[in-house]
Parts: sequence; C-alpha cells; structure tokens
Amino acid sequence: MSGRLPRLWLALVYLLLYVPIAVLLLYSFNDARTGYRWGGWSLRWYRALFANDTLMDSLWNSLALAAAAATLATAIGALTAFALHRYRFRGRELMHGLLFVVMMSPEIVLAISLLALFLLVGLQLGFTSLLIAHLTFCLPFVVITVLARLAGFDARLLEAARDLGASEARALYTVLLPAILPALLAGWLLGFTLSLDDVVVSTFVGGPSYEVLPLRIYSMVRVGLKPEVNALGTLLLVFSLLALALSQLLLNKQKS
Amino acid sequence: MTSPLLSLRAIGKAYAGRPVLLDLSLDVLDGEFLTLLGPSGCGKTTLLRLIAGFEHPDQGSIQLAGADLTAVPPERRPLNTVFQQYALFPHLDVFGNVAYGLRRERRPRAEIDLRVREALDLVQLGEFARRKPQQLSGGQQQRVAIARALVKRPRLLLLDEPLSALDAKLRRQMQLELKRLQRELGIAFVFVTHDQEEALSMSDRVAVLHAGVLQQLGTPREVYERPANLFTARFVGETNLFPARVLETQGERVVVDCAGQRRTLPTPGFAPHAGQAVNLLLRPEDIRVLGPDADHGLPGTVIERNYKGSTLDSLIRLDSGQEVLVSEFFDEDDPAFDYRLGETVKVSWVDGWEWMLPADG
Ligand SMILES: Nc1ncnc2c1ncn2[C@@H]1O[C@H](COP(=O)(O)OP(=O)(O)OP(=O)(O)O)[C@@H](O)[C@H]1O
Ligand SMILES: [Mg+2]
Repeated sequence: MSGRLPRLWLALVYLLLYVPIAVLLLYSFNDARTGYRWGGWSLRWYRALFANDTLMDSLWNSLALAAAAATLATAIGALTAFALHRYRFRGRELMHGLLFVVMMSPEIVLAISLLALFLLVGLQLGFTSLLIAHLTFCLPFVVITVLARLAGFDARLLEAARDLGASEARALYTVLLPAILPALLAGWLLGFTLSLDDVVVSTFVGGPSYEVLPLRIYSMVRVGLKPEVNALGTLLLVFSLLALALSQLLLNKQKS
Repeated sequence: MTSPLLSLRAIGKAYAGRPVLLDLSLDVLDGEFLTLLGPSGCGKTTLLRLIAGFEHPDQGSIQLAGADLTAVPPERRPLNTVFQQYALFPHLDVFGNVAYGLRRERRPRAEIDLRVREALDLVQLGEFARRKPQQLSGGQQQRVAIARALVKRPRLLLLDEPLSALDAKLRRQMQLELKRLQRELGIAFVFVTHDQEEALSMSDRVAVLHAGVLQQLGTPREVYERPANLFTARFVGETNLFPARVLETQGERVVVDCAGQRRTLPTPGFAPHAGQAVNLLLRPEDIRVLGPDADHGLPGTVIERNYKGSTLDSLIRLDSGQEVLVSEFFDEDDPAFDYRLGETVKVSWVDGWEWMLPADG
C-alpha cells in the first residue's frame, strides 16, 4: 500500500504538468474548425500558420530578438562575472547585490522604468528598445550562472597554463573558457527562453514597427483564438526541446 | 662552467606589510638538485612563485643564465613548474595535458606527437594517454604533471612539494624515480619539501629556510653534521643539546665544562673565548651509553626503549632533568647493550663527534 501512494502522487503531478501540453499537441493536428471537437487528424493548422504572414513575422521577430538578447547578455554577462570574480575593487559587493535587485524586482517595475528612460532619452520604441530591455533582464541570470561556475574554478590552472607558455589571453581562452562553457550555454538558453516568452516588458517598450510573438498572440485572443496557435505552440515546444537536447549533447561531448 | 644557472640576489617580499622573504640570496647551479627545506609557512612556495614569475619581488633581482628575469612574464621564462596540487587541466586528457606546452610553442603535429609519447614513456604512463586526469590515481596524476613540465625541455624545473600527497610507499618510489629523471636529463631541480629525510636523501644541496630567512645552504652532510645554527640542527633530524662553558683555549683545542665534566675538544668553526656559553650538539647515533661505573659520562636513568628494527632507540633522563635520545645499532651479542628500563647508566660520546655552536647564535 505504502509503495503505491507515492507513485500515485507522482502520477498526479506529472498529469498536472503535461496534460495541458498534450492537449495543445493533440489539437494542433485537429481537423475541426472550432477548437473543442475532435474532427480527425490533419495538418491544416500548420498550413494556415505558415500562410499567416503577420503571425510568422512576429515569430521570426521574437526568435531574432531572443537570439540577439541572449547572445549579447552572455557576452557582457560573462565578462562582468569574470571581473566580479577576479578583481577586488570598491563597489564589488554592491554590484553583486544589485544583480539580485534586478532579478527579484517585479517585471512591471522594470517595464515602467525602462519606458520612462527610453522616453527621456527620446529613443524610438522598436527593435532597439526591446533589445536593450531584454538584455537588462537577461543579464543578471547569466552573471549569476557564470559566477557560480567560476567559484568552482581553480585559478592555479591559469598559472599552470602561463607556466607552460600561454599568454594571459591564451590561458583564458584555452583553460578558463572550456571550464565555464556549460555555464555560458546554460546562461544563453536561460536568456533565450526568458526573452522569448516575455510579455510585460515587451508590452511597454515594444512598438508597432517590431511586433513580437507573445503580443501578437495576445491581440489575437481578443478577436478569437484560432487553432493555428496550437500549431505554433507545438513548433515552439519542438524548438526548445531541440535546443535542450543540443546543449546536453555539447556538454556531454565536452565531459567525455 | 660553474657560473650559476639561477641567481637570486637579496630578494625581499612582503604581503600586506608582513615580510615573507628577507634579503635572500641563493645560486642554483646547472644540473644540480637543490632542495628548499623548511617548515610550513616559511616562504618556500612564495620563493618558487617569484622564480616562476607569478609574483614580483619587492627588492632584489632574479637572473637566469645571466639574463635578468624581473620584467619577463611567466610564459617567457625558460623554466617550468610542477605545482603543489598538480593543477592538471580537467578538460584535457593526459595526452592533451602534456601536449599543451608544445602547442603553445606552435610545434608541428608530428613533433608534438613524438615528444609527448617520449615524455609519457619517461614517466611510464604510455598507456594512459587517453585517460582524463580524474581517472588517474594520485601518483599517476603526479607523473602527468612532471611529464607536462619536462616535455618543454626546461633547463630548470621547480617542484613544489610534489610528493606530499602520496602515501609513504609510493612516495619512496617516486623519490627514486624523480632522482633518476633528474640525473638522466641533467636538468636543474629546485625541489620544495618540509620533509628533512626526503631533502637529505635526494639533494645535491639543501637550502634550509625559516621565517623567510635562509638559515644554511650546503650539502646534505654539511647541513646534517655541521648545522649553522640551532634551528637547522633541530629541524634537520633529531638532536641532543648539551649546554657548556668554555674554560680555556689551547691552540687547536678548547677546554669546556659540560655539566661539571671537563672535556677537551677540537676548535669549532668559530673563535671561542674563555667564559663563553656554548652548546654541544650530538646526533642520537653519536651518543654512547656506558655502565654506571664508567669513569666519565653524565649519569642518568633509562626511561624508554624502542626497538626500531636496525636500531634501538632509548630515552635517558639525566640527573639534571634533561632527556637524551640515543640511537644504537642493534647487536644481539653485545652484552653492554642490555640495559633495562629504570637502570642507571652514563651517557657520553667520543670527543670530536660533537658539534659546537655559540649559545647566543
Ligand atoms: N597571496 C598571499 N597573501 C598574503 N599572504 C600570503 C600570500 N601567500 C602566502 N602568504 C603568506 O606568506 C607566508 C609564506 O607562505 P608560503 O606559501 O610561501 O609558505 P610555504 O613555505 O610554501 O608553506 P607550506 O609548506 O605550508 O606550503 C605564509 O605566512 C602565508 O600566510
Ligand atoms: Mg607551499
């Protein structure tokens, strides 16, 4: 008896986690016109999705923005983490603490302050403002992830590299970089996902010139959601699973 | 030919105002095995880091083969280091670790392959080329670290307590191996240890370091038999110390009073004067135990006997309260050897076997 209770519990949790996703998957292949009846298998919503230019445009916009924000955040974040780790300077503790402030503060606060800032400096709302905004909330996550990895890094390895003839830059590239690569990858993926599904900040700092996917879907809800959104959701799901698998593959290859 | 390979001149180094090395001068000759011996925290690692270029001296200069090293970064110093905790690159396999230094020199692939194989064979790790460091035992990791440094063919190799993490048996074996490598390759070694036995058995010369000051530099024999001061005497092996006072000097001899006994001894390395307080140092194996009726010697009681295989160690408490450690080669047939616990005896030594130091030195 006692062995079955935990298993039942686990089954419930997994049901809770995966039933919505399963429904989405299933209905993306549904042939019926309205969402709630089953009308047999079909790819019609996928065809509809690819024919829907505004939706596809917003998808590409979102992917490009997420990739750009994640890449920039990883580059800047890694350098910031390295500086915080390596050098002892005044304000180091403060900088470290401020990272958490950005991470913990409600998104709406960040959104309003960024908007105020952009209006103040007269920045046209569009791709640039979105990129800066997404960079802002991705950055702390990358820094924290890389910092954690650096904390476990043995600095004597860099000395060993120098001793064997590597310049400082070469030692960082050949010894430190491989050591923190998992953190960089994790940071990039985290940033990519955060950017991709952000609604609040994008609502405030986005402009009509660059519409991102979550906002597009959001506005579609008001006029009635079509099942092609299910197809889109399924594609995004497959995308993120592929990204996850790829990162795992890279990490394993590095380890063995 | 005998001009030094490495020459340290009046080196001084302080961390946050606390001196770690003081006015230290030292020469390392080409091809010699020089050991830095000293207790924990005396500045051994700091000295190696200065030579390797990871730290800069506050004062003094470092020259290698006649060239000043002060402004030369670590990667351009023609010497290599075996680090205290090995510091192998975890993301590279054994081959990659050993090849790392050659790749930085942009050697052709074939040459790298060949030299790495040679280096691995030298340390008997030929079959382990594809293993990761984490998959090796401590002794094997140690050998990878040595191969990684040696493959660069440096003229000088710095080794920071390379054997301290190994168990006694492996340690003994690695000592022999290191010594063999050093002799075959003709590379000068600066070897750090705080184990005096290791220092004495492996080195051509020993530099005894204490609190950042070079106490003595000499062959293992010199350091052991003729220590420059009390610190060296006590740190390098067991020693017994008998306070004495100079009564008079007679040409080549000096007459001292040691616990009421008059002894005429050869003149020491310094110039004694009448009335001077001195210490007579005797290694445990130089002390003789005599019966209670002997006509000379200091009376005492046997309070401990330890059979050590080839030697028999005894602790004897003199009537003055001082305890004397005696180590005698075991000889079953010698009846004089058979002292029991609690028995009264006299301890003495052959005049001239002692080593005399001024008491205030
Ligand atoms: N980076 C540093 N900052 C401040 N003090 C240091 C630093 N490195 C070493 N010291 C101090 O310098 C002294 C000498 O240290 P060092 O590491 O050279 O000792 P050691 O002889 O190698 O000791 P051990 O046998 O324990 O390795 C120690 O008192 C140590 O605390
Ligand atoms: Mg040390």
